Amino acid sequence: VREEVELGRLPVGAVAIVRQVKCARGVARRLLEMGLLPGTEVRIVRVAPLGDPIELALRGYALSIRKAEAMDISVEVKP
Amino acid sequence: VTPSHAAAAAAPQPAHPRVLLAGNPNSGKTTLFNQLTGARAKVGNYPGVTVERRVGLAHLGDGLDLEIVDLPGTYSLSAGSPEEQVAIDALLGGEHADAVIVLADATTLARGLYLVLQVIETGAPCVLALNMMDEVEVDGTRIDVQTISERLGVEVVPMVASRGQGLPELGVALRRTLASAESASARALLLVPPLPAGLAADVSRVEAQLGGGDTPRAASARRARALWAMVSLGDDELVGIAPSLRTTVDEVRAASEAAGRNLDLEVIGSRYARIDALVAEAVGRSRARVARSLTDRVDDLLTHRIFGPIAFVLVMAIVFEALFSWSSPAVDFISNRIADLQGLVSGALPDGVLRDLIVQGVIAGVGNVLVFVPQIALLFVFIGLLEDSGYLARVAFVIDRLMARVGLHGKAFVPMLSGYACAIPAVMATRTIESRRDRLLTMLVVPLTSCSARLPVYVLMIGTLFAHRPRVLGVFDFGAVVLFLTYFLSAAGAVGAAAVLRRTMLRGPRPTMVLELPPYRLPVWRNLGLNVWQKVRSFLVQAGSIILALSIVLWALLSFPRDHESAVRFEAARAAATSAEERSALEERQEGEQLRHSVAGRLGHAFEPVIRPLGFDWRIGIGLLGAFAAREVFVSTMGLVFDVGKDDQNTQPLRTALQEARRPDGSKLMTPLVGVSLMIFFVFACQCMSTIAVVRRESGSWRWPIFMFSYMSGLAYVASLLVYQVGRVLGLGGG
Repeated sequence: VREEVELGRLPVGAVAIVRQVKCARGVARRLLEMGLLPGTEVRIVRVAPLGDPIELALRGYALSIRKAEAMDISVEVKP
Repeated sequence: VTPSHAAAAAAPQPAHPRVLLAGNPNSGKTTLFNQLTGARAKVGNYPGVTVERRVGLAHLGDGLDLEIVDLPGTYSLSAGSPEEQVAIDALLGGEHADAVIVLADATTLARGLYLVLQVIETGAPCVLALNMMDEVEVDGTRIDVQTISERLGVEVVPMVASRGQGLPELGVALRRTLASAESASARALLLVPPLPAGLAADVSRVEAQLGGGDTPRAASARRARALWAMVSLGDDELVGIAPSLRTTVDEVRAASEAAGRNLDLEVIGSRYARIDALVAEAVGRSRARVARSLTDRVDDLLTHRIFGPIAFVLVMAIVFEALFSWSSPAVDFISNRIADLQGLVSGALPDGVLRDLIVQGVIAGVGNVLVFVPQIALLFVFIGLLEDSGYLARVAFVIDRLMARVGLHGKAFVPMLSGYACAIPAVMATRTIESRRDRLLTMLVVPLTSCSARLPVYVLMIGTLFAHRPRVLGVFDFGAVVLFLTYFLSAAGAVGAAAVLRRTMLRGPRPTMVLELPPYRLPVWRNLGLNVWQKVRSFLVQAGSIILALSIVLWALLSFPRDHESAVRFEAARAAATSAEERSALEERQEGEQLRHSVAGRLGHAFEPVIRPLGFDWRIGIGLLGAFAAREVFVSTMGLVFDVGKDDQNTQPLRTALQEARRPDGSKLMTPLVGVSLMIFFVFACQCMSTIAVVRRESGSWRWPIFMFSYMSGLAYVASLLVYQVGRVLGLGGG
């Protein structure tokens, strides 16, 4: 069993499977509706020039969220 | 606004079948809407909310005419923003709808299908339009349209909306769906998988709280409303929800939470389970993607740690330069034509109140509206380019960290920057911000940014008071330093006000940014033109009428009551005058005398006790009233008050008059301290009726412009008061 880490801690280029979205309800709902569900594969594409927010690739599109939110999403890193 | 059957019953049956157009943001919905309706769309506002409502007639051939209602672009129908609320309301029966077109970007099919499933669940007969099929083909992805159609039970039309590809097929599919609406809806509903047992029981409990008929469509709409309530209520700020519904949802949610379940995840997850199965079956990648997408490579540059900010500054500099400089020939042209027209009408009409009303009230008022058009058009050309190309989302991505510090959205940057040229287009530009709270916040602080109309006032003050000061640190021109400080103060004011409002008036859940970064795409020129025209037209019609009315009121304040005694006196003096220059000088002096005699002149006197603690006298008071038409009018109004003519190009006579002006006790009126106090007043005060008109239009009520005017005036008063009184205590009162 792999260890779960926060999405916000992963380096650029890392690929992971979402395990749990623990954000506040409103944000969690928005993220779920946009397809960021447990089981979804996400990749960290890049970090904004000022260090926040980050860009994720999931389900064939690009989504940007702030690091604060990413720290509330636990994932399992894919090798 | 809540989904209600009452609204559906009250809505009049339209003359043509009505079709709603739903879809994600960035899915090309506007393009499709424009393709369907041409330039015939009517743009309005949903009552009470700042959401655009666009309706247009589509002629699809063979006598099929449809009324198309463009719903706000949304990713789902569950959360609580006004845009989503409008879409939910419309789809759950608030708008009479004969059918729904759901547009999905085929390149992000899974995410687009989420909204599609929600629309199908409402029981509305619908057609799925798959846009951007050209990009899908380039990408090497194959989408099995037939399978999607069979599994969802709806007609599916592949399209490239920007090129009009698929439009005839969309017409055919709509025709078929409209002809068999009941069976089309029933077929799609039959294919909706049953909910898991536990969830189904919860939904039934909530459904029991909702009314409605027993037809299959009413039953499915009720189920859709129950699901909506379960994922939307609880942390929302919606009004008009039945208390019994709230209570039931709260109970159901509490019970499921106690059982360790997550209802939101169950509801949303059940839809994505269906989507994942469908995508697995119908979407195939014919070859592995070797090359990284163009968008990815462009972003490597445009969001690069070093080149990203450089590109950002460059793009923003061009936008700002355009607003500030490129617009000025057009603005001058309009001002000159208005002046020509005023001259023409003046010459043609006999002297009197009617002529003054037409020339100085109506024509000047129309001019006050039209001068904003070049900047509004230019700004929306740029916003259209930025938005359609996809860069606007990157603007937010690059600058969000700075903006977030004061509680603003990354997308607030362009409006805030535009505010330094003019608040009117800037306030309109807040439409690019999705969340109402973020949009209102931006709208309320944009007028604090130092617009170009303040500049003539600052220049006059600096020229009058600080012209021959030694350089600061031996390098910087003293006046330039003062000017810089006013700009700095305005930026600090806007940022500070945003931070305060976010914690008070517009307090809410921690603002977040969940932003799609759409692929870079070429703008659709026709869209761009139509969009700019719609923005200009809605400004002219809705804000323009308020500006015109306020212009006439202001004219009346400055012109009545008439000073008949001085009119007779100046008439005689003009008759005796020998040259044209002398006559026009006399006319301007008469205007000055009339102004001092007017309601505004008397208000200046009446207000003097209020503004005296700021160092102002009644003459400055008249100037402040006149500046309400537009801040730069302060200069020409002061010219009239001081009998030096209203020339606002050469202000040397006015500067001299101001330097020599005395108070009744013989002391100087314009000391540097008074000048600084006045400049600070202009930094913060909402001295602009057009800003008030446009905020009224964009916020949908008078509440917000009144609040804005009050807080800005209060801020200006307190800041000037502090500066003047503290300055006096420190002994800076004298010359």
